[in-house]
Amino acid sequence: MSEITTDEDGEAAGSPKSNPDETVLEDDSDSDDPEGSGPEAPDDADDSGIQIDMISAERLEGMRTMEKIRLILDGVHDGNIVILEQGLAPDEESKLIEVTMSEINPDGFTGIEIETYPGEGSNESGFLGRLMGKDDSNKLTVIGPANRIETLHKDESLISTLVTRT
Amino acid sequence: MGLLTSLKSSISRATSSLFAGDETKRIGIYGPPNAGKTTLANRIARDWTGDAVGPESHVPHETRRARRKENVEIKRNGKSVTIDVVDTPGVTTKVDYKEFLEHDIEKEDAVRRSREATEGVAEAMHWLREDVDGVIYVLDSAEDPFTQVNTMLIGIIESQNLPVLIFANKIDLEDSNVQRIANAFPQHETVPLSALEGENMDEVYDKIAEYFG
Repeated sequence: MSEITTDEDGEAAGSPKSNPDETVLEDDSDSDDPEGSGPEAPDDADDSGIQIDMISAERLEGMRTMEKIRLILDGVHDGNIVILEQGLAPDEESKLIEVTMSEINPDGFTGIEIETYPGEGSNESGFLGRLMGKDDSNKLTVIGPANRIETLHKDESLISTLVTRT
Repeated sequence: MGLLTSLKSSISRATSSLFAGDETKRIGIYGPPNAGKTTLANRIARDWTGDAVGPESHVPHETRRARRKENVEIKRNGKSVTIDVVDTPGVTTKVDYKEFLEHDIEKEDAVRRSREATEGVAEAMHWLREDVDGVIYVLDSAEDPFTQVNTMLIGIIESQNLPVLIFANKIDLEDSNVQRIANAFPQHETVPLSALEGENMDEVYDKIAEYFG
């Protein structure tokens, strides 16, 4: 799994002298972690950065619904932005909402912000679409803590979000 | 014994499906908070039974438990359709008690409301997966329909193969834009209405009878 760690200026955490236009990609050696646990923040990570976990379709493929949800919510609870290469299936999204609701608490976790590209909105997207092999869940998905991520603009081809530190 | 039970169960299922057309359908009213779901549920219930379903409010998450009005018989074109109307809490992915403070609600009450709201959303999702036969999806036509909650919920409903009608509510508002909703979800029929003012309710009942009858 690849992991991008940036601060607000786009600099890699722990690499203050790096080119601000550069994003550092680290190969996560835990990619075949059998328990599917999320990535841990590096030792030198501090509160100035925002961790972005990019989770490959391959990593999610072998997971059960609750394993996926735990991976996502554990990351979000840590204040990370989680990006799924391939989005969740509708029943998994339903379960994600339900579990998220059960974990909200006053003065703590207020829920998630989640964005995917809108569906194509065609007649192919329902039962008939699935019958014809069209997979609506195959969409890049961005998930973050509700109090740290705000959607500025969203259309069929662009999701623009503002990520802030709390 | 096992064979007998299995046979009995098969006969029971066959009998039910024979009369499936006459069964009361449980129709869930879904949508984001403040779309007018309870106002619509009350309008339908009052028009056909004389009773209301629950209190309406401009404060989000006023409905924090699914409420059901049973045996609502809607008569259209010489035929009648009987449905159970299930008014569900508005679905969201986040609840912050501080939002309630903006409506002059004390902190203790706001915390209680937010806790009940989260339970209500979870309950609404559970109903959607297990216990409804069809969905009326209510949207505020003065608001942008291209939200993640709407996209996800419509996807979830479609994945359950449930019949769904989209109601573009609040057409009495100046900023109402029904076409925007129709464009967002072209795969489903969009019916404009004002549940508050009772506008276009004839078409609403025609469509309910057509889709869920």
